[in-house]
Amino acid sequence: MKKIIIREEFCLGCRLCEVHCATAHSESKNIIKTFKSVQGRPLSALVFEEQGYTTFALQCRHCKDAPCIESCLTSAMYKDKHGTVLHDSEKCVGCWMCIMACPFGVIKPDLKEKKVGSKCDFCTGREKPACVEHCPNQAILLKEI
Amino acid sequence: MRHVIIGYSVAAISAIKSIREIDKTSEITVLTNESSVYSRPLISYFLAGKVKKDKLSFIPETFEKEMKITVKWNTAVVKINPAAKTVITSKKEKLKYDRLLISTGGTPIKPPIAGYADDIAGIFTFVKLDEVEKLIKYIEKNKIKECVILGAGLIGMKAAEGLLARKIKLRIVEMADRLLANTFDSAASLLLEEKLKESGSEFLKETTIKKIISKSKKLEALELSSGKTLKTGLLIMAVGVRPDIELAKGTELKVNRGLVVNKNMETNIPGIYAAGDAAEGKDFLSGENAVIAIWPVAARQGSVAGFNMAGKKAEYDGMFPMNSVTILGVPSISFGLTNPKAGAYQVLLSNEGGKYKKIVLKDGIIVGVVLVNAIERAGIFGLLIKQKLDVSALKKQLLFDDFGFLVLPKDFRKHFVTGEGTEV
Repeated sequence: MKKIIIREEFCLGCRLCEVHCATAHSESKNIIKTFKSVQGRPLSALVFEEQGYTTFALQCRHCKDAPCIESCLTSAMYKDKHGTVLHDSEKCVGCWMCIMACPFGVIKPDLKEKKVGSKCDFCTGREKPACVEHCPNQAILLKEI
Repeated sequence: MRHVIIGYSVAAISAIKSIREIDKTSEITVLTNESSVYSRPLISYFLAGKVKKDKLSFIPETFEKEMKITVKWNTAVVKINPAAKTVITSKKEKLKYDRLLISTGGTPIKPPIAGYADDIAGIFTFVKLDEVEKLIKYIEKNKIKECVILGAGLIGMKAAEGLLARKIKLRIVEMADRLLANTFDSAASLLLEEKLKESGSEFLKETTIKKIISKSKKLEALELSSGKTLKTGLLIMAVGVRPDIELAKGTELKVNRGLVVNKNMETNIPGIYAAGDAAEGKDFLSGENAVIAIWPVAARQGSVAGFNMAGKKAEYDGMFPMNSVTILGVPSISFGLTNPKAGAYQVLLSNEGGKYKKIVLKDGIIVGVVLVNAIERAGIFGLLIKQKLDVSALKKQLLFDDFGFLVLPKDFRKHFVTGEGTEV
């Protein structure tokens, strides 16, 4: 299985991962339309951490025994056959058990819609996750585990 | 190998998945006194009308076929005979087992109140689906506009949430001096109490119901310890649940509050396992056995029990209480010890703009957290409790709005982010 590896020493703090993640998960898949739409800026599915000059992106680790799946009351959180942890918005009731359970804090709640707002889906369908593809300094890498 | 499982909720389902990971062929029979699988915490959403009945299940329709299990619905177990390794059902069937899992869950506590009888119309508990279905019918038939809830714990507040969505006016009677007294600390309770009042509900604290007054088997009024009488057509008894351990009676099964299990989730009788709200497993924080009646504990315990039942050694390393509750639109998450007695504990607090954060430390290690209106990234706190990370040097950062992995020591975070096999 492939895994996203984070190398914070190489992170420039450019946040291109965030921009391209949001674009990849937008309807238009167009960077300008995504960021200049009337709905405002979309949520990216990764968490960008920044303090002073230390920065890195963190996305769902797609845990083997995922605590978010174990805690989900509706089975909205599930694993596909490739081991990717995915979220079915239809089933989600916004109980926030996954927010409580995720040890990495990488599931974002949409408190208004009362549903998980965004969560890394490993860019299912794309050859490479958008954050990996667009990182200019290989701070985010895809590695076969 | 014949597996028999009593109860069919999250602990049972996790156990079945574990057994089938190891053993594809053994016979698995599930005995349940209910008529469907449903996610119990969703009953408040069901009452509110936010989730329909056919969406209450948390397993696929094909689960029984895929897992090759036999489910006997509406079939309670009335007796376990450990010597003969058999169980007897309410339908007078005798089933033989090699491995038995007791995952009977919890049963609502009905406090002894003068004037109470099971057949008085208008009194309900709020734990199981059949009861909630009856409640909904009763509300609709009698056009209920107001209600009294006895108990302001998690069950009472979840019921409140569902009833408020139906525009029912609430009066909540609670023995303690605040709501969610076991889950929250005073400040967090107060935040929610204010919200409750805004909804037009009344909160009667330090009060109990002395007497239930009924006429022709229909609820009429409640006499309170304060001397006041409340006229009402609906009472929800939400004083709590206790482990459903009736089956242990007349056996050698070791019982404390729940069925006492070892780290393999096995009871004192070899071959008999217990998991979920009926079981008393290890409490991570105290190291002692305790009943922690929450979904993730039931899931984990069930899974561990299942592996051991199938012959693969697995250990339950203990969990701690954690709750995620949204009440009156206010989301909150809590972990561990939220309301420590004075002594060896240090408390970090922030309360700004309606966002409340409290972190309880003991010897520099987090043992409890309360987050109200500030739930983002909450799970990291759970990780810190579990890993017993010394956070003495990061006290300020823990309360930051942008608290995250970055404030944690580099070695620690790198280990968790890039380390292999480190996922919990």
